Amino acid sequence: MNDRVWRILIDSFPKLVGYAVKVTVPLTVLSFALAMAISVAVAFIQYAKVKVLSGLCRFYIWIIRGTPLLVQLYLVFYGMPSIGIVLEAFPAAVIVLGFNEGAYMAESVRGALDSVNVGQVEAGYCVRMNYLQIMTHIVFPQAFRVAFPALSNSLISMVKSTSLAATITVMEMFRQAQVINGRVYESLALYTEVALIYLAICTILTFLQHWGEKKLARFGGNKA
Amino acid sequence: MMLEVMEVKKSFDGHEILKGIDMTVNKGDVAAILGPSGSGKTTLLRCLNFLEKADSGEMIFDGEHFDMRSAKRREIARIRSKTAFVFQNYNLFLNKNVLNNVTLGLMTAGKMHKAEAKDRAMNALEKVGMADKASSYPSQLSGGQQQRVAIARGLAQDPEIIYFDEPTSALDPELIGEVLTVMRKLADEGMTMLVVTHEMEFARSVSNHVLFMDEGKVVEQGPSAEFFAHPKEQRSRDFINTILSKNGNITE
Ligand SMILES: Nc1ncnc2c1ncn2[C@@H]1O[C@H](COP(=O)(O)OP(=O)(O)OP(=O)(O)O)[C@@H](O)[C@H]1O
Ligand SMILES: [Mg+2]
Repeated sequence: MNDRVWRILIDSFPKLVGYAVKVTVPLTVLSFALAMAISVAVAFIQYAKVKVLSGLCRFYIWIIRGTPLLVQLYLVFYGMPSIGIVLEAFPAAVIVLGFNEGAYMAESVRGALDSVNVGQVEAGYCVRMNYLQIMTHIVFPQAFRVAFPALSNSLISMVKSTSLAATITVMEMFRQAQVINGRVYESLALYTEVALIYLAICTILTFLQHWGEKKLARFGGNKA
Repeated sequence: MMLEVMEVKKSFDGHEILKGIDMTVNKGDVAAILGPSGSGKTTLLRCLNFLEKADSGEMIFDGEHFDMRSAKRREIARIRSKTAFVFQNYNLFLNKNVLNNVTLGLMTAGKMHKAEAKDRAMNALEKVGMADKASSYPSQLSGGQQQRVAIARGLAQDPEIIYFDEPTSALDPELIGEVLTVMRKLADEGMTMLVVTHEMEFARSVSNHVLFMDEGKVVEQGPSAEFFAHPKEQRSRDFINTILSKNGNITE
């Protein structure tokens, strides 16, 4: 590599990291928080077999999982204005990313809730606990442990999905790399650089996941 | 009289599993419910604690009358506050250590302060010989130890009666003794117990009353000594004989 390419990489690095910190990370955090709230609500509605709402939840999961994320982003950002719903790019991205990953996460959480044997729920009733107490003290903590690896996976996947927000004009890290590349024409070098920054973020998250799994494992096994 | 039920009926998917059960348990009784697999023993016990709702039936519990089909939430809570339930597969809370398994109900449902709950829990654990494992998690215990913790969890509720559903049948043979010893001790202390069991020796030597169920009915009931010495019904005789031929004899 010649000096010019090195200089481009060195000059762009702080800019790209800046956009990672200012946009990619907040976009991930907000979208993931939304996805988390949606998935817990949707999973719980199905676990508790709430009438009508359960059907709605299944419909939501069916639609989301059956259509591409990119198409969902376009529909919301470019399509909805024609029915009078105009969103700024960033909130549109948060909503689409959150609802999208939320559907996958809801399935993980539902599976985890179902994995807690109902005998423990009945034992809770027998010591006079009510449904809410049983859920918060017994079922959710155990389900969280079961769902933790899958949820971590979703978080890592979401970091990368934020790059698609570039297509609806969100100026995040990848879009910034495109902009710089438009001036200097060093696709290989710049996109490698941006890939490595994504990799670094995901590596940190992977370490956090393993640390979290160890923490959770302290509460004994899940043997019935 | 502690508990009396009349005409308890329960169907699952159109099959009548309980066909009108009448039964009485007196204070201080250790009553054993015997019967072949599928005769409805578990279902009956679950109906008594409203884990299952009977289709019809009446209950007099501790002097109070209840309709088993339409009992209100508050009535069920009142009954449960005087009962404990020990399950075949323990059903300990897997995310809680032994101590917290016992205190959780006291502190959440019973609104008891931590120190008091802990005191009570340690007392109960002492009784079942599990106090030294207070900080272990269920997954670190043997089946027999888990079942003893489950009994302690029930005892800490200060129940008037304890329902046991085959408390030893999920255990390896060498672990059955420690659980039966605890139950024997409770019986000696005058605890009222209703025990579904296949342990003939326990039924014969500890229980003072036997109910023999078959196909959703109580076929025969009476003092256990009498039941084992002179079973009145042919079905009871057959049952005792098959169990004996499986387990060897029951001489002392
Ligand atoms: N929730 C349920 N749904 C459908 N059928 C059930 C349900 N619970 C029990 N049954 C049926 O009711 C019958 C009696 O079951 P129950 O568990 O009360 O028998 P049991 O006397 O406890 O038998 P075992 O000695 O094998 O434990 C069985 O045929 C069982 O299949
Ligand atoms: Mg049974």
